[in-house]
Amino acid sequence: MRCDACQNNEATVFLTQIVEGKMQKVNLCPDCSKEKGVTDPTGFALADLLLGLGTNTELEKPAVAASTAVSPDAPALKCPTCGFTQADFKKTQRMGCSECYVTFAESVVTPLRSNHKGSQHVGKVPARQFARAELDNRMQTLSDDLVKAVKEEDYEGAAQLRDAIRKLEGQLKTAV
Amino acid sequence: MKFANFISGPLAVRPAGAHHDIVISSRVRLARNVKGRPFPGWAKKADRLAVLEVIKPPVDALPEMDDAFSEYLQDLSATEKQILVERHLISREHAAKSTGSAVVMNREQTVSIMVNEEDHLRMQSIRPGFQLKAVHRAIDEIDTRLEDTLDYAFSPKLGFLTACLTNVGTGMRASAMLHLPALVLDEKVNQVIQAVNKIGLAVRGLYGEGSEAMGNLFQISNQTTLGEREEDILGRLNKVIEQIIEHEQNARATLLQKKSTTLLDQIGRAFGILMHAHSMTSKEALNLLSFLRLGTDLGFFPADRRQPLDELFTETQPAHLQRGSTQKLGAEERDALRADIIRVKLKELPGPDSSRLAAAG
Ligand SMILES: [Zn+2]
Ligand SMILES: [Zn+2]
Repeated sequence: MRCDACQNNEATVFLTQIVEGKMQKVNLCPDCSKEKGVTDPTGFALADLLLGLGTNTELEKPAVAASTAVSPDAPALKCPTCGFTQADFKKTQRMGCSECYVTFAESVVTPLRSNHKGSQHVGKVPARQFARAELDNRMQTLSDDLVKAVKEEDYEGAAQLRDAIRKLEGQLKTAV
Repeated sequence: MKFANFISGPLAVRPAGAHHDIVISSRVRLARNVKGRPFPGWAKKADRLAVLEVIKPPVDALPEMDDAFSEYLQDLSATEKQILVERHLISREHAAKSTGSAVVMNREQTVSIMVNEEDHLRMQSIRPGFQLKAVHRAIDEIDTRLEDTLDYAFSPKLGFLTACLTNVGTGMRASAMLHLPALVLDEKVNQVIQAVNKIGLAVRGLYGEGSEAMGNLFQISNQTTLGEREEDILGRLNKVIEQIIEHEQNARATLLQKKSTTLLDQIGRAFGILMHAHSMTSKEALNLLSFLRLGTDLGFFPADRRQPLDELFTETQPAHLQRGSTQKLGAEERDALRADIIRVKLKELPGPDSSRLAAAG
């Protein structure tokens, strides 16, 4: 029987464990069982921890240090918003401001990929913030149009715009 | 609220989660920043003060902060800040901050919001027992409410943007503090730590990164924050913690059945030293208290003694000892005071009752 971890050597350590009512069997070669710290297969089986949750994709990754591998002849980037440079990043291992993520986009990609599960955010989105920003935007447009309508003496248009603004104000109040 | 009132307030109102014998506490913290402003570590003092004035009013206005303790860090003494660290309400990094930083926490000490730590906002919810999901829900609601006023730095691709790349994405760090005396006694805890590390979770000591494991206390937390949904991170962590709880329970059962003499000896010695010592370091106290706590879990001590015992874990920490004195205590004075406090608090505690062992054996 082959070892479940390396898929190569002959398995000599056989672990059986009941997890959530299901029987799980894991077979390991002497090398792999030693490496994973399984010394007492009868008393303490870590197989579910080691294999059940996917060791390949979830292995501990090296620290952020990898990100500092910036080629020496690359032009010195500087964040236009906060003045942070690549040298500052190398020294502090921190960003200067949120705009730095745009400025240093290239050098950020590698450490993000090696330190995380992926490079695309799939978690919470600040939906309320976005909705609020959109309402603010629409309000701005309506106000601009109203100023223009009054200037052009388009009183019918201005009245409609005032109604729209009043309605939006009500929406803004209930949104917050 | 005054610091003294805040700190001496009752904690019993905090609802305890499941498995509170093994899981001391569950905690979730979120890192957030305000758009277009330099992060605290890079910001000039004027920038930090300006962003503080943007953030603090909406934080103070949260319904959770109705009867809050809200203070600028320069207005707290070193001892007061350290007390907050010992209660896990602020980080060690935050305790080192002064002008330009603040802290706001609710009366129950379940929600704590640090302004201008490494990020503009570090907000956490912490509760006793195993309840990561409930704790996450609590802090998530606060986060959502703050969106009404604050414009967070957020990128559709990278999620919430943070000073350190290790927090980008969800900005979420979820952790549980576990008490694992039987796995330590049975010399199996290193296997657990290795296994947990291998699947991308971190194991740390009592006070987080770089701190020593004392009192058989271990903090398990997620390492990654990008490319996975909050619920999935929590689910993964929950699954691993459930398994560790099971291993600790098995180790306790094994100790009772096969190594009862060793077990009773450890608990009895801990009892004897704690009841009669006149000088004790913080580390020794934590390690011995850990065995009394295990003894209580196993029924060797009356169950109603758990609360005072748990209080001692915090009250014997250096800054908590210092708070009653006007003069700075030296290490020797602290060790003596620590031993006194323990003897007084445990005075009525009867010796370990091993009749349960005879019945089990
Ligand atoms: Zn193998
Ligand atoms: Zn910048």
